[in-house]
Amino acid sequence: MSKRTIIPFGPQHPVLPEPVHLDLVLEDELVVDAIPRIGFVHRGLEKLVEKRDYTQFVYITERICGICSFGHSYGYSECIEQLMQIEVPPRAQYLRVIFHELSRIHSHLLWLGLMADAFGYEALFMHCWRLRETVLDIFERITGGRVIFSACNVGGFKREVSNNQLAGIVTELEKLQQEYKTISKAFLEDSSVKNRMVGIGYISKKDATMHSMVGPFARASGLAIDERLDKVGAYGELSSFVPVTSEDGDCYARCAVRIEEVNQSIAIIKELSGKIPDGEIMNKPKGKIDKGALAMTTLEQPRGQAFYYAKGNGTKFLERMRVRTPTSQNLSGLVAALQGCEFADVPVIILTIDPCISCTER
Amino acid sequence: MSGTKKSPWIIHYDGSSCNGCDIEVLAALTPLYDAERFGVINTGNPKHADIFVVTGAINEQNKNVVKQIYDQMLEPKIVVACGACACGGGVYRECYNVSGGVDQVIPVDAYVSGCAIKPESLFDAIVAGVEILEQKRQALKKSNKAKPNISTKDKA
Repeated sequence: MSKRTIIPFGPQHPVLPEPVHLDLVLEDELVVDAIPRIGFVHRGLEKLVEKRDYTQFVYITERICGICSFGHSYGYSECIEQLMQIEVPPRAQYLRVIFHELSRIHSHLLWLGLMADAFGYEALFMHCWRLRETVLDIFERITGGRVIFSACNVGGFKREVSNNQLAGIVTELEKLQQEYKTISKAFLEDSSVKNRMVGIGYISKKDATMHSMVGPFARASGLAIDERLDKVGAYGELSSFVPVTSEDGDCYARCAVRIEEVNQSIAIIKELSGKIPDGEIMNKPKGKIDKGALAMTTLEQPRGQAFYYAKGNGTKFLERMRVRTPTSQNLSGLVAALQGCEFADVPVIILTIDPCISCTER
Repeated sequence: MSGTKKSPWIIHYDGSSCNGCDIEVLAALTPLYDAERFGVINTGNPKHADIFVVTGAINEQNKNVVKQIYDQMLEPKIVVACGACACGGGVYRECYNVSGGVDQVIPVDAYVSGCAIKPESLFDAIVAGVEILEQKRQALKKSNKAKPNISTKDKA
């Protein structure tokens, strides 16, 4: 056996915008083990429910993570609505799904950019982020915020979006899709990109189940799990929904799955904005939450399944609120994917799980 | 005008932010805003950087990391606190694991408001910060008059 070396990776590292620390145990150039250390971003958000009432807390959940910001407010609102048995107007449900899918597009484009940067394609990184600005412009025009925009609240949706505006969004997305085709070609057909990703960081379907992986990371290993299949909210109105999966389980498959998911999201937005019903968008919640009332909901975030739990205590404040986020599920899968890889491949493999540390640590 | 003023290099560290400000800092470098046309370059090496951009609040875990990066940077250097959290804790100021803004650990020269920040406001901070950087450089030039200690004379 050759000598083992431990190389620290992070918390401040050029490929990751967020702090996470990994101790990489190397034998020559091969990674034998990876020991993650987290806690740099822990803030203790869940305990803030004691100081903010359930409507104010929406703004806190939005700030669990700046990338899946809308998704968190959506998931939390759904949970409280279940807790208080509030009916959400159909138009608000459609708008929520449309905005959630827009968030998925911007999140995946952001990830594609970081991925391009990880394997050294800086121009491609710039192009991905340029396309992403289209979605941010839509957000800014409608809500006033670019990344955190407080559009969702308990009981419905806060900004009225006219049918004309929705048609405008669809036109812009169609334009985006044209350019996106060229970019996805660079990811999927370029031979040097393939060399960096095909067969790297392989996870079998069995391992994916064993590590309870979620989201595109699991779907790329052949697990067809997607919370959108549960048909909650306006997802039930879709004519058909089949999650994107791949059997290959390597970095290339994860990239391909995410690339296709952007097209899928555009199709969902197109379909829903075509048949959105008119009417109210807000059903304001009134009163207090019953003591001992419990609610649990799940939501498919860009990175995978997120789980929300809330418990009432007879006041306007919650007794307990808990979020289980996709990256915390995927970390053990990441360690498995890193074992046996070459040291130079580490950044690419870490990025393919699309880590969101600020979600994980809250 | 000095080289530093024409092309300030930044290093970015995410304290305990929610990512909102981080992606906006990155967005400032990408084609729509394109900070690189002003010579601003993002680097991962503290020794190369002139401007330390911190997003997010300070907690016990990252306190030392922020301090270490700051100490590794060479004079003259400035610190930009990005977003409500880095300025004073933001929405998290009442959380048990947040001790407050960046200025509790290192001196801050420019504060950027907003939750999340907008790339435009980061630009404003960099422009204001570069002036401070220049002043610091001038002051340093006056105080540091050391010449290279070499000799060409034959001592024998």
